[in-house]
Amino acid sequence: MEVDVLKRVPVREQEPKVRAANFDEVCLGYNKEEAMGEATRCLQCKNPQCVKGCPVNIDIPGFIKELAEGKVGEAYQVISRYSALPAVCGRVCPQETQCEAKCIRGFKGDAVSIGKLERFVADTAAEEGIQPAKAEKMNGKKVAVIGSGPAGLTCAGDLAKLGYDVTIFEALHKAGGVLSYGIPEFRLPKDRVVDKEIENVKSLGVKIETNVVIGKATTIDELLNEEGFDAVFIGSGAGLPKFMGIPGENANGVFSANEYLTRSNLMKAFDDNYATPIAAGKKVAVVGGGNVAMDAARTALRLGAEVHIVYRRSEEELPARVEEVHHAKEEGIVFDLLTNPVEIHVDDEGNVTGMTCIRMELGEPDDSGRRRPVEVPGSEFTLEVDTVIMSLGTSPNPLISSTTEGLETNKWQCIVAEEENGQTSKAKVYAGGDAVTGAATVILAMGAGKAAAKGIHELLSK
Amino acid sequence: MYKILKKEYLANNIWLMDVEAPRVAKSCLPGQFVIVKMDEKGERIPLTVCDYDREKGTVTIVFQVVGASTKEMAEYEVGETFMDFVGPLGCPSELLELSEEELKKEKLLFVCGGVGTAPVYPQVKWMKEHGIDVDVIIGARTKDILILEEPMKKIAANLFIATDDGSYGFKGNACDQINELVKNQGKEYTRVIAIGPMIMMKFVALLTKELNIKTIVSMNPIMVDGTGMCGACRLQVGDKVKFACVDGPEFDGHLVDFDQAMLRQRMYKTEEGRAMLRVQEGDTHHGGCGQCK
Ligand SMILES: Cc1cc2nc3c(=O)[nH]c(=O)nc-3n(C[C@H](O)[C@H](O)[C@H](O)COP(=O)(O)OP(=O)(O)OC[C@H]3O[C@@H](n4cnc5c(N)ncnc54)[C@H](O)[C@@H]3O)c2cc1C
Ligand SMILES: Cc1cc2nc3c(=O)[nH]c(=O)nc-3n(C[C@H](O)[C@H](O)[C@H](O)COP(=O)(O)OP(=O)(O)OC[C@H]3O[C@@H](n4cnc5c(N)ncnc54)[C@H](O)[C@@H]3O)c2cc1C
Ligand code: FES
Repeated sequence: MEVDVLKRVPVREQEPKVRAANFDEVCLGYNKEEAMGEATRCLQCKNPQCVKGCPVNIDIPGFIKELAEGKVGEAYQVISRYSALPAVCGRVCPQETQCEAKCIRGFKGDAVSIGKLERFVADTAAEEGIQPAKAEKMNGKKVAVIGSGPAGLTCAGDLAKLGYDVTIFEALHKAGGVLSYGIPEFRLPKDRVVDKEIENVKSLGVKIETNVVIGKATTIDELLNEEGFDAVFIGSGAGLPKFMGIPGENANGVFSANEYLTRSNLMKAFDDNYATPIAAGKKVAVVGGGNVAMDAARTALRLGAEVHIVYRRSEEELPARVEEVHHAKEEGIVFDLLTNPVEIHVDDEGNVTGMTCIRMELGEPDDSGRRRPVEVPGSEFTLEVDTVIMSLGTSPNPLISSTTEGLETNKWQCIVAEEENGQTSKAKVYAGGDAVTGAATVILAMGAGKAAAKGIHELLSK
Repeated sequence: MYKILKKEYLANNIWLMDVEAPRVAKSCLPGQFVIVKMDEKGERIPLTVCDYDREKGTVTIVFQVVGASTKEMAEYEVGETFMDFVGPLGCPSELLELSEEELKKEKLLFVCGGVGTAPVYPQVKWMKEHGIDVDVIIGARTKDILILEEPMKKIAANLFIATDDGSYGFKGNACDQINELVKNQGKEYTRVIAIGPMIMMKFVALLTKELNIKTIVSMNPIMVDGTGMCGACRLQVGDKVKFACVDGPEFDGHLVDFDQAMLRQRMYKTEEGRAMLRVQEGDTHHGGCGQCK
């Protein structure tokens, strides 16, 4: 295969028109020839900057070297020393601001397509049934992990590799956290990718008990004092949705992005064989500009709606990944930028009939460094929609902090924990991921799970 | 997997089941609820904890067949299993926060309607076990659809039955019965706990507001996760928006916006109607649901 060293090997995708009407994965990934070709573009730097850009410091040149030689199994073992969820990260990590942003190739030409290579290695390993290496011997110590999102899975996997007897407690009926209930099938296939990676974690000896809400069915103190766990890791995420507090927000047809996405992803409402209903909507406004908003918008589009993204700042400030915004536009989603909702209109039956919005302009920079949007007086107009999806961010659920004595939280309800080892204000209790940082990313949650596994190992191997 | 150990028909399409769920049985309290998901493709169905046996590790649920999912649930038999059974969810009954001293000073009236009689039962039982006498009203359209009359009679200080058509007990609805007790018989209550259809709770709350009696209601909005993650269950309570699954399900009846809650409960009526048609017609389904061509 001919490779232009300055350009990345293009990746195959489903045509926008076709994919806008199905839930199959958008990006089709590399085949072996393409992956090996792209791998040859890596300069194998002595002092690799990409590794520094990766929150879990995967030996990127190391796995790419194996891949360039066609040794996919070896490449997988290199990655799995650092990451329990490579097929997931290869798909959803913001590589453009992390590893790929630091790639030397990127100074003159395209950065190496590290994410797509990682995905290829993980997918191929899964197809060939290659699993990560298991601990040789158990050390007899028990650790409880709360939540089965990326933070919990990573912490559990790392501890199991060190010989700990780990049980994950998950509130929902299915493991995976946001990977299962939030991120849609067309971006992250459930059976083929998420479930497989969870199986890999289980193959290390990790037990997963679903349907257990910690703080209700049992508490952290009971886990430590009655159920014989030596330490606890909290990876309970930030699942509590925010609403705007504008009139009409409790109308039928107004959903949080979490509800809309949970119905579609976790409960599979898009598939008629499943019992859970979803009100697809004919014309939908999604309020917000993050990854979650893009996912909700693209889900509504696939369910047959005309979809508008309503965002109060400009395109430059959209917090979603560039790739997601690009895909959304290709599929025909309309972006109403510099626009903010002020009121939702409701008919006698309680259904949404429209939403009044106001135009915004950018003023002085605020605390976040982004220019603050200010209303343009008299610029109100009505968007005729039957469905409004609020995607304004989420915060940690107080369920655990309110039932655990001595666990310190900050003013955003986030659990306070040390960055380097996840230690909280309570002895033997560690935390990480969105529960500590507020809504962030998969890879940061994994990094926190890893750090906490190290912290717990230090405590228990003293 | 969670095994069904007992199944009993009560009346009016209402079924009782004991389900093996040791973790739930160990920690649940009156006022809380569980979520049942029957199989891989099922909905998550919230149901109130109606009783529990900590030793046997069982939880009792009582449900009424009202739509596709509850119809399917009624077809499960003893020995079969539910795939998922999570709980306890929500907060325990507010009454359990009061000390026995405080409770003894209260004069409680429980008002129940329809399938809501079932979750009242363990609360009354708990009171009885703690030496607290309470009055109970069961309201029903007609005599044939009454449930749990006998067991309730054994534990309530006074049990009043009100039927709309007068086929049994007092003739009138639950509100008429409250009026009769308070206005005509001069009974005094410090607190009313109303559990039943939203429309019943709405009118009870309107009446008790007028009578100036503190009133607790148990709300049953549409839910998805039941852990505070989706907001489907949100209600307007006074000037605040509350999530019934984590802040409730019990609320101050004088603050709940019932009209809004009732509109929200109907949200999926058409979708659910279609699901019901699919179940009833099975292979013979031939359109009429509005979805097929
Ligand atoms: C729609 C959407 C799209 C996203 N897209 C991206 C993306 O493209 N790239 C990216 O990097 N990030 C993305 N994110 C963010 C990313 O998914 C999260 O930052 C990450 O999942 C956080 O991981 P976590 O393990 O901390 O928590 P979560 O994934 O939230 O998992 C927490 C788990 O804990 C469980 N739990 C909570 N409370 C309890 C309890 N009391 N007892 C037992 N279990 C409990 C929850 O049910 C859940 O399963 C997205 C998020 C959403 C919602
Ligand atoms: C906290 C809580 C506790 C509950 N406890 C009990 C209980 O102990 N016993 C019991 O029989 N039911 C209880 N319910 C109601 C029960 O969950 C619903 O009846 C059930 O989900 C209906 O499912 P379905 O598919 O059979 O009917 P659907 O087809 O979904 O609905 C049929 C009709 O019921 C209405 N409906 C839909 N969802 C609900 C709901 N959540 N509550 C009330 N009406 C609804 C619809 O508007 C529709 O008209 C409870 C609900 C909540 C939220
Ligand atoms: S049911 Fe989802 S937040 Fe209450």
